[in-house]
Amino acid sequence: MSTFRSIVFASVIAGFIVGLVVTVVQQFGTVPLILKAEVFEKAAETHQHDAAAVPQPAAAGHDHAAHDHGDHEHGAGDHDHGAGAWEPRDGFERNAYTAAANILTAIGFALLLAGFFAVRCGTTGMSVSWHEGLLWGLAGFAVFTLAPGLGLPPELPGVPAAPLLSRQIWWLAAVLATAGGLAMIAFRRSVPAAIAGVILLTLPHLIGAPELANVETNVPSSLTHQFVTAVTMTSLVFWTLLGGLTSAVFARIDRGANLRA
Amino acid sequence: MSQSQLADAQVSAQISAQATLPVAAGQVGRLSQAVMAMVLGVFVVGMVGFSHIDVVHNAAHDVRHSNAFPCH
Repeated sequence: MSTFRSIVFASVIAGFIVGLVVTVVQQFGTVPLILKAEVFEKAAETHQHDAAAVPQPAAAGHDHAAHDHGDHEHGAGDHDHGAGAWEPRDGFERNAYTAAANILTAIGFALLLAGFFAVRCGTTGMSVSWHEGLLWGLAGFAVFTLAPGLGLPPELPGVPAAPLLSRQIWWLAAVLATAGGLAMIAFRRSVPAAIAGVILLTLPHLIGAPELANVETNVPSSLTHQFVTAVTMTSLVFWTLLGGLTSAVFARIDRGANLRA
Repeated sequence: MSQSQLADAQVSAQISAQATLPVAAGQVGRLSQAVMAMVLGVFVVGMVGFSHIDVVHNAAHDVRHSNAFPCH
């Protein structure tokens, strides 16, 4: 089980560092925009509650209510997060959970990357260099951010969207198709495989991501646009750092493990 | 093919089997260990980013938005 142990060690080390770095980057990039959007989200909810208390014939009020029941699986709470469910307090507690979730996410993706590095190392006999790791990181960026982001752009709180489960299914399908397509192009050097790869890359977008017919939100579109850029750039930092660092740490640990074995 | 040639062929086949088998077995072990680690990774990411449990959602809320995982 030495390979498994090397992968886990390397992923925990790389994931911890990348998770912390990305938490700091997010504090300047994405988090301020999320907090701004939540002001609009909360204002809209107060408005919604007023509308519910005083029945209005206005179509807008009705739409809001339908959205609340249709899209929010958490039921009719005073926030998206569901009535009574625990949530971290704003400030330190919230950011601490964000850091923890970032670290876990980074460790999870690092396990995936290091798994590939171990297989590559097994077939080529050479450990994956930090530079090759960085390229794998870029592939991760394309697979997990760019491709799903084209159909489902990063969304701020308070912006209504299609039902959660359908979006999650499309997201997963886009990730799998993009990963498969890139692998066909990168590892099978034949024209039919390249064509099949390109078809796989485009397929999820031909099918199209689930979306609402009309979206009404108080969140300004300039804020949403800034958020798309912030998420994409934060994610680029995340993936290049994770790819480079995971490969470097894994190569070191795995070499050590093989020498001992 | 004479008897001695046949014997030679058998011996060389045995040698090559000996030479390749341990490497092949090591490869399979490495592959399955790598796959196990990757499954673990997918599980961790899935739990943090995609779980419908309210408490998990609330704790990882900002991360889900920042990673453009489908949220809400």
